[in-house]
Amino acid sequence: MVWTSLVDLTHGFEVALQPHNLLFCFVGVLVGNLVGVLPGMGVLSAVSILLPLTFGMAPVPAILMIAGIFYGAQYGGAICSILLNLPSHPPHAVTCLDGYPLTQQGKGGVALGITMMGAVFGAAFGILQMMFLAPYIAKVAFSFHASEICSLMLLGLLAGSTLAKGSPLKGVAMTAFGMLLGLVGTDTATGIERYTFGNYGLADGIELVALALGIFGIAEFLRSVNNVAPINTTYTKLKFRDMRPSKAEAKEAALPILRGTIVGSLCSLIPGTGPVIASFIAYATEKKVSKNPEKFGHGAIAGVAAPEASTHSSIQGDFIPTMSLGIPGDAAMALLLGALIIHNVTPGPRLIVEHPDVFWGLIASFWIGNLILVFLNLPMIGVWVRLLTVPYRYLYPSALFFICIGVFATRNSLFDVAITLAIGMLGYLLLLLRFEPAPMLLGFVLGPRFEDNFRRALDIAHGNLAIFVERPISASFLALCAILIGLQVIARLRKAKPPIELASTAFE
Amino acid sequence: MLNRLERQRDYYAGALMAIIGVLAGYVATTYDIGSLRAMGPGFFPLVLSVLITCLGIAIAATGGRSARARAYGAAAHGHRVGVDLRGWTAIFGAVLAFIAAGYFAGMAPATFACVFIAALGDRQNTWKSAGLLALGLTAFAVVVLAWGLQVQMPILKGL
Repeated sequence: MVWTSLVDLTHGFEVALQPHNLLFCFVGVLVGNLVGVLPGMGVLSAVSILLPLTFGMAPVPAILMIAGIFYGAQYGGAICSILLNLPSHPPHAVTCLDGYPLTQQGKGGVALGITMMGAVFGAAFGILQMMFLAPYIAKVAFSFHASEICSLMLLGLLAGSTLAKGSPLKGVAMTAFGMLLGLVGTDTATGIERYTFGNYGLADGIELVALALGIFGIAEFLRSVNNVAPINTTYTKLKFRDMRPSKAEAKEAALPILRGTIVGSLCSLIPGTGPVIASFIAYATEKKVSKNPEKFGHGAIAGVAAPEASTHSSIQGDFIPTMSLGIPGDAAMALLLGALIIHNVTPGPRLIVEHPDVFWGLIASFWIGNLILVFLNLPMIGVWVRLLTVPYRYLYPSALFFICIGVFATRNSLFDVAITLAIGMLGYLLLLLRFEPAPMLLGFVLGPRFEDNFRRALDIAHGNLAIFVERPISASFLALCAILIGLQVIARLRKAKPPIELASTAFE
Repeated sequence: MLNRLERQRDYYAGALMAIIGVLAGYVATTYDIGSLRAMGPGFFPLVLSVLITCLGIAIAATGGRSARARAYGAAAHGHRVGVDLRGWTAIFGAVLAFIAAGYFAGMAPATFACVFIAALGDRQNTWKSAGLLALGLTAFAVVVLAWGLQVQMPILKGL
């Protein structure tokens, strides 16, 4: 098993090192890093804008590029958190707590250097995990029937909506609403148009890009326009040589990096717990095991090292369920899943066998991409730091335009641009009412696939719902769903703090 | 005080979900529901609608009571609630202008109009800075998007 993985990986490197693929991998991580650095730009919007532009490309370079944006943004996001104290990228919000105090003490460069150490270690671990675990999981999932897939999707959706931040009830409601939006358009099984209200432009459904840019782009601008704090540029003069940590500092960071990496890789295996939760838990863990916890919040090196390492290992590990099961763990991976489908690569257990170029090429590109990112960030840190100061008043009109043209280019429809505006309006309302938009995207992508498998499962079982509990694997997934709901109910009744809140108390 | 605000917010949130659920459910019943054995196009939407309605009621009923909701509310506290009229007008105007200009005049005017109007929405922009930004992005759109990436919108219609 291990050996075949290594052999396949060499094939992956052959794919990823083709000049064409290498170029797009580079473009992906570059754009990702850029988006990560710019405060007020979201990874999800960036991917959605670039997605339509990949339609003409072959699947391999397109997927490598889009994946590159995701992990590239994690490198840039840390810069923004540490030097500006702006938690504009959720996985790096915790890093502000100790990263910014370090900056104020004149050690911002060191904090970034430590971040880079954690990033490389975490990412390497996450990629190894994916290399050896994903093919194995896919092998197990190979025998899954419609009923198992259905139960597994249910588990994924439930975990994605209850474990993320915000109220679990609202999360589930958002997921269901997203699934409903996913049903808009022509029903594939019967050919009947649903929820189109006779509107021709909706016959093919709501475009994934339109939904993502509406709720993560326009809704966000409606909230942030004329409502952003001016950027504090006191600490944005930084050079490469400031970044080298001393021996003592590196030693201080080593164990937290290791612990953070493990937390991250565990989180990536639980559906629904992505890098954000991983970074919170890593920080809380570090604070608990530390000999001097009072240092946290005042520039503890462990408080930067652990969450950063966990973010990187979990973002790489997050690709596992998406690629091997076809079930994304969070909104970002839902978008990647959408990208795979657009490029005619059906996600699921068969992906590794049917599209070894995509799978192994992607893993090889992770190695290459992370290497590129280290080079991009170490010697060129000065460039990125200067980018931090690009003002919002230039950023937001440009981004709004890219949203319009991106949605238009998806299927050359101006009607879709209007839909995006409407979704943005709705998204703002939902944000105002404290609904988290991320589970909505998850539901939207999985909804039609869920219905499809649900139908097929019951078709085989002649309408007998018992099929979901009669098959042992399906039953165990459903049992996990029940446990998940049970835990939420108990937590609520006891008013005990669920783990996520424990982690967020780290903020107080 | 914060708690009351939180509970009120949850009432509205639950009500919104319940309304969406009921409306979607009503529409679903106009499709063929079918049976478990042979599901019609209305089956799954109806199930989802009922679920959403129930969740909406549950959200309103348990409003603002959980410790987590409070902590979350407190964390989000300090965000402005309300509408920035100038910004909102600009965002809506920019997108609508993009659609109209894209339909009647082509990509270059659409880009200029969209960016210019959007830029004016930010109070720190002047006519001049907005115009320069719009010109810059228009040039970018023509070179990179229209010529380079072949986005299917004529640069200028009627030419």
